[in-house]
Amino acid sequence: MSRTFLGMPGIPHGTGDLGGEEPFPRSAARHLADHQMRANLAGATGTIRAKRASVVSELPDWEQLRESGRAVKEATMARLDEHLVELERRVTERGGTVHWARDATEANRIVTDLVRATGAEEVVKVKSMATQEIGLNEALEEAGVTAWETDLAELIVQLGDDRPSHILVPAIHRNRAEIRRIFLETMPGVDPGLTDDPRQLAMAARAYLRQRFLRARVAVSGANFAVAETGTLAVVESEGNGRMCLTLPDTLITVMGIEKTVPTWRDLEVFLQTLPRSSTGERMNPYTSTWTGVTPGDGPREFHLVLLDNGRTAALADPTGRQALHCIRCSACLNVCPVYERTGGHAYGSVYPGPIGAVLSPQLTGVAANPSLPYASTLCGACYEVCPVAIDIPSILVELRNQQVESGRKPSAERAAFGAVAQLMSRPRLWRSAQRLTRLGRLLARGRATLPAALPPPLSRWTRTRDLPAPPRETFTERWARERGDRA
Amino acid sequence: MTVDGRGAGMRVSLFATCVVDTMAPRAAWATARLLERLGQSVTVPAGQTCCGQMHVNSGYRGQAVRVVANHVRAFEGADAVVAPSGSCVASIRHQQAMVARRAGDEGLARAAEELASRTYELSQFLVDVLGVEDVGASYPHRVTYHPACHGARVLGLGDRQLRLLRAVRGLELVELPGADQCCGFGGTFALKNADTSAAMLSDKLASIVSTRAEVCTAGDASCLMHIGGGLSRLRAATGTVHLAEILAATDDAKEAAT
Ligand code: SF4
Repeated sequence: MSRTFLGMPGIPHGTGDLGGEEPFPRSAARHLADHQMRANLAGATGTIRAKRASVVSELPDWEQLRESGRAVKEATMARLDEHLVELERRVTERGGTVHWARDATEANRIVTDLVRATGAEEVVKVKSMATQEIGLNEALEEAGVTAWETDLAELIVQLGDDRPSHILVPAIHRNRAEIRRIFLETMPGVDPGLTDDPRQLAMAARAYLRQRFLRARVAVSGANFAVAETGTLAVVESEGNGRMCLTLPDTLITVMGIEKTVPTWRDLEVFLQTLPRSSTGERMNPYTSTWTGVTPGDGPREFHLVLLDNGRTAALADPTGRQALHCIRCSACLNVCPVYERTGGHAYGSVYPGPIGAVLSPQLTGVAANPSLPYASTLCGACYEVCPVAIDIPSILVELRNQQVESGRKPSAERAAFGAVAQLMSRPRLWRSAQRLTRLGRLLARGRATLPAALPPPLSRWTRTRDLPAPPRETFTERWARERGDRA
Repeated sequence: MTVDGRGAGMRVSLFATCVVDTMAPRAAWATARLLERLGQSVTVPAGQTCCGQMHVNSGYRGQAVRVVANHVRAFEGADAVVAPSGSCVASIRHQQAMVARRAGDEGLARAAEELASRTYELSQFLVDVLGVEDVGASYPHRVTYHPACHGARVLGLGDRQLRLLRAVRGLELVELPGADQCCGFGGTFALKNADTSAAMLSDKLASIVSTRAEVCTAGDASCLMHIGGGLSRLRAATGTVHLAEILAATDDAKEAAT
């Protein structure tokens, strides 16, 4: 009996925009056909990969920083319950209000009620994965509240009625010409002579957003970190839109996954070095905003913190998988992933695409609701190599595959085949006989070096695009035994 | 290591790996010939089958236990185990004990750990244990090299394989653009996600063809089978040859029919 972890009964999984509708191989095939997207993505990820590699190589202590980040996260997760209670106490002491949300539905209801209570009909938003995860914009819209995204890439996605495809650069699948077209078609009052010059595009977005910042009474943000010892929240960004949202409105509502908590200010020291280098390839990000509760006469007069579980406690209960919660959402693993680079983020069906998405999404929803994502990887290990908190994504993928196999009740052809092969491989004499059988393939090859392309499935999935060599006349061990025969 | 450092006369047990044994026996013969040429005495334990990686990586960890147990049994008592595969050695070093432990078999886990500490990928054994980079090979061809992912990232082979290749007489080494990009094989990934796998492979093939090399080499037969299958479908002029075969080649004994 193996002691496989199958999820702790009773701990609820997450809901929301976390995928699972279409199997990855099928959606990937569809997106692979979008050559414009693939060209855009290959260009963008190639550039950011090179930038990251160069700024990371400047730091002689990069590996130590990485290990410190990992250690801080591991220690924090081990006592997350205590840190969260402390965070709640400190935020409350400083005049904020803390809300606990079990899942997406609960979080959406809390935020919607808070906005309604202010009487506002619109909110400005700082880019936030947590609110994407729970589908907050859609929930607000149903309640008659318009949410304006203020991050440039997020704005492009919103105006284009599109979905984000990257956790840091949600419109990474778009190029300049496409962005210009989206602006011309959807941005009220935009200069019809707009070109696709990046500066012109940015200025158009700036003018459009500025009106919204100035009239907004409520802002919704996420958070990169929450420091438990002081109840301080932190947002790290590049465009200044975050600073606007966090300071101008009367009411600020922050939705944050519970795993974003760190115990002390000291812990930020590591992440504020590793995050910008890993994400945008900058030595330092332009804006780091921190705030603690409310300060009379300065900034929002009301502050609400919504602590979101949505499957995180369930993930925390898995000894191998829990390290996925260490993620600081830098997106370095997406940018180096050869699968992500070709399929794009939409293929994953979740707001979390790429390597981290392939482990985080199924953990939040439970593997049963997202059975194909753990297989969306060759296990090449590029993600683990760049991750600034050293999350061993390949090992989690393997663990989730195991959970997926073990949770399957139905007998399948695959299961039977793997069982039979394991039997053979544990009995060398039977294995030798089985190896001899592969020689039958030589009949199919009819003297050619490769087998014919028209083979039955699953082999056809290989031979559609690749040749299979004809099996050799004799295996190595067989001939060695015949010629050299030591004990063989 | 219980063997004395860089000495000759070590008893090396060759683990051919299931893929090489069944589909690419030339790479195993080349490994044996090379090690013997370097003064090692080579044995091929008859009980060997597979390291269990395919089962583990496909989600069948429970089924892998007996495969791991067989592997540990087959190589019991070996001074050193050498395999012409970075991927299999990575699995032996980083998965086998975990597989046993998760099944509650601490005895097997310890034995697997112990065996793993004496198990080497070919280039590791040559460079780290025997301390050689020039193995006396001669291979007068234009060659490009693909650093297969598990060897590079899980085992941390660094430039060991490249150093060995650079010392081969007559070999013209051409750098492969985007060498560190995965070829898209990934075991069952190539079947389960065939379209994505093919997209990755086609970029790898384009890089290889752009080098105008006669041969693309790597330290893993499975990746080479994937790359080679793609090159052959394209009817490209470049073929694939396992690293061991290049290192085993000499002037008088050109890659024979073995
Ligand atoms: S898993 Fe690691 S590399 Fe990927 S986004 Fe998270 S922190 Fe960054």
